[in-house]
Amino acid sequence: MRHRLFDKTSRTLIMGIPILWIVLFMLLPYGVLLTYSFWLKKYPLFVPAFQFGNYVTLFTDPQYMQVLLRTLKIAALVSGASLLLAYPFAYFIVFRLQSARWRTVLFMAVIAPLWVSYLLRAYVWKTILGTEGILNTALIGLGIVDAPVDAFLYSQFAMVITLTYIFIPFMVMPIYAALEKIPRNLDEASADLGMSAIQTFFRVTVPLSMPGIVAGFTMTFCLSFGDFIAPFLVGGPDGLMVANVITSQFGSALNWPLGSALAVVMLILVLAIISVSDWIEQSGQVEL
Amino acid sequence: MNAVAMTPPRAGKARSTRWIADGAFMTFVCALMAFLYLPIAVLIVFSFNDSRTLTWPLSGFTLDWYVKLFSNTALLEALGNSLYVASCATVLTLMVGIPAAIALDRHQFPGKAVFRRLLLLPIALPGIVTGISMLNMFRIFGFGLSLETVILGHATALLAVVVTQIFARLQRVPKSYGEASSDLGANGLQTFWYVTLPNIKTAIIGAGLLSFVLSFDEIPVTFFLTGRDNTLPMYIYSTMRRGITPEINAIGTLIVLASALLILASVLVLRDRSQRS
Amino acid sequence: MGLHDENLRPGARVSAVPVSKIMAEAEPVIQLKGISKHYGSVVGVDHVDLSVRNGEFLTLLGPSGCGKSTLLRMIGGFETPTGGTVHLAGEDITGLPPQRRDVNMMFQDYALFPHMSVGQNIAYGLLMKGIRGTAAQDRVREALRLVGLEDKIDQRPHQLSGGQRQRIALARAIVREPKVLLLDEPLSALDAKLREQMQVELKHMQERLGITFIMVTHDQSEALVMSDRIVVMQAGNIAQDGTPEDLYERPASPYVANFIGTTNFLSAKLLSQEGTLAVVEVAGQKITISNAPVHLTGNTLQIGVRPEKARIVADGSAPGDNLLRGRVKENIYLGLGLRTVTELADGSLISTDTMLPRGIASHKHARPGDEVVISLEPHNIFLFEAGS
Repeated sequence: MRHRLFDKTSRTLIMGIPILWIVLFMLLPYGVLLTYSFWLKKYPLFVPAFQFGNYVTLFTDPQYMQVLLRTLKIAALVSGASLLLAYPFAYFIVFRLQSARWRTVLFMAVIAPLWVSYLLRAYVWKTILGTEGILNTALIGLGIVDAPVDAFLYSQFAMVITLTYIFIPFMVMPIYAALEKIPRNLDEASADLGMSAIQTFFRVTVPLSMPGIVAGFTMTFCLSFGDFIAPFLVGGPDGLMVANVITSQFGSALNWPLGSALAVVMLILVLAIISVSDWIEQSGQVEL
Repeated sequence: MNAVAMTPPRAGKARSTRWIADGAFMTFVCALMAFLYLPIAVLIVFSFNDSRTLTWPLSGFTLDWYVKLFSNTALLEALGNSLYVASCATVLTLMVGIPAAIALDRHQFPGKAVFRRLLLLPIALPGIVTGISMLNMFRIFGFGLSLETVILGHATALLAVVVTQIFARLQRVPKSYGEASSDLGANGLQTFWYVTLPNIKTAIIGAGLLSFVLSFDEIPVTFFLTGRDNTLPMYIYSTMRRGITPEINAIGTLIVLASALLILASVLVLRDRSQRS
Repeated sequence: MGLHDENLRPGARVSAVPVSKIMAEAEPVIQLKGISKHYGSVVGVDHVDLSVRNGEFLTLLGPSGCGKSTLLRMIGGFETPTGGTVHLAGEDITGLPPQRRDVNMMFQDYALFPHMSVGQNIAYGLLMKGIRGTAAQDRVREALRLVGLEDKIDQRPHQLSGGQRQRIALARAIVREPKVLLLDEPLSALDAKLREQMQVELKHMQERLGITFIMVTHDQSEALVMSDRIVVMQAGNIAQDGTPEDLYERPASPYVANFIGTTNFLSAKLLSQEGTLAVVEVAGQKITISNAPVHLTGNTLQIGVRPEKARIVADGSAPGDNLLRGRVKENIYLGLGLRTVTELADGSLISTDTMLPRGIASHKHARPGDEVVISLEPHNIFLFEAGS
């Protein structure tokens, strides 16, 4: 019966290692995070407690709600902008491009920036959009404007551009995958049944690629929602996002319990968004 | 008759609208490529510009910023730390991710849906949540922060990336391979070693390369979990706090170069796979 | 040693059966006792008893979802039965994993390892047995020679054609000299022409090797060509178990009659019965059946007639017994024959097949609208209870 024992051991390892890891480094930390969020800030640090004061602060102090709403707005704008750029692109390379080689090349070209440092990709926009930055100095040099345009940097506009730039591959990937799965003959069948190209697009292509759109939207939304590098680099005082507030609670403000409560809120929001997107994906699922 | 007579002009019109549409698409794709790659070009060009400020027009060519880099010991130390962290995190995350992907693919067990959800969560979960929750845990259990805690954090954050990539490949390996192997007398471990592993090898290499790059580049988790030591992105980040200098562009250019080499490597790995199938 | 007596009987296929095969036939090589597989409340295989003689070519036949593949996979060890036992050469192997069973499987998709050469694929099973080096090399070459592909030893599976892959899969399975070879729809991935050729080839291979083959298929003609014995399955149970001839000539139920070959079904009323001799009324005509089931309970029955065993005898005026009268509806040209569909007095349809040895041009046949008489022979009619 040695082989039995052997197979059992390998099965235990295969299941055991990931489960152990999930428990130790995900469930346990989330538990501790939740615990901290009930603690009390007390000079000089904080003490264990069980009270909802931190959550009350978050939901009553308008300053926090404002940041939360702004973050949601920016995340939505980033996802929307990414979708508007990614969908036509993916549609073009999947349905209109004849050459398979070019399709791969263009797809890789959009994905490749993911491999290039995320920090640098945010940084380069600071150098482009800055008051003394490349765009402003170039515009002045060309005589288009005579004083630097402040609106470029330290604005929500700059944040949306930067975050779109950073996260657009996450929108392209699932949409591309979804479009690629749509059989070509559906297009032909639809044309055969008398639909125009535009009708076909909205009645056949878009509904069938919905899972990709939902997945892409979820990813870009969640990732930009939790970002704190871009706001730090290109967002001004009106560009602070939830993640920046959390960082400051763990840094200068030294209020870990409040920061933890904010992080819990963020975790719950992300989980809710993922669940909704799963639900949409499953309810609209078509076997292709 | 009528329909036949109608066809040529209609087809002509359809063809010309198609050309216009394709032309518009081409323009759009070029614009998107410009949006994606002009900033990277800007990053590189300004690393050779001999002015302290990043302003247009360019003033002149220099390699000074690169020379400065190589005499910057803090930076070189951060680079070393980053290489150490990324290597360890990659190995760790593969060691956990490969079994996890196999468990998702081959085994049925109660709670599988929750297991899967938890494993894949960090893909959409902002790194800051992982960073803070692990920081809290290390603090509460009295662990000091170090590069090792950063490694644990990275491995956790990158696990989802590895699992999705390897799981996707496993799904394409027919179940009958494993059955044929055990039918021919192999036990579970032999089947894994001789049959499963060779068929997912390229996916493992690809996932490993990607998690190496992502770990090398990681900030949100590192920000909370690092002790006294800095990783390269953390070093750059703190330099940026003091103001922007072309020195950062020089580092950036080298990182872009390294990334390009890694992309090339992964493309070669992928090509190897497509030739086989 | 009753088997020797059997071989002395006139007409026994002595020449086709090697002596070694006969000697070992005393004990069933595979014995299934009350084997079941339930998935929750869904029944995959329901309490099946089956024994397979050594050296036999047995086919499990049925439509998809009838449980035939599950049954095969339980013999291979890929599924654990929820009840019953599996014995291999007298030894209980019910709980053993596939690697501990002396049976090998040829998979539907062949499951050749794409990252290994043909030679490495075949050597894999030997390596797991601890056979390596020249001993393994010799056996790999021998197996390849057997399937006629010695020159492909260093190629990768994807460089081979479908038929070649199929042979390599066979070589890989038999190189371990299993007691039983399991074949899961082995020919389904091949095109029609090659499939026909491989049916005969596999059959010859099995006779040469003397290994017991258990094959699963949904293709009745494949089963008829290749098998010594066919087990027809229906919803997890055995519908009938017999030689190809048994199943074709004496189907136990309309299900079997319908699944194997083509059968006309006509409703009938029992008029009288004496032993196996029954007289029924079909479409207002008296029909005598010589091999009826002995205990008919109801009198609403069904008769089954193979199209090639019903004969159009003449125009509507022919006298005699066992005749059905009707009007030709249409003729369907089948190439090697002509199928005539005739509508009977009660509106039911019956097809009759006529061979066309000299082609259709010189064949005199009834035209649509013609009155015809169809003659049935008493021993060529199946009689079923209506509910069966």
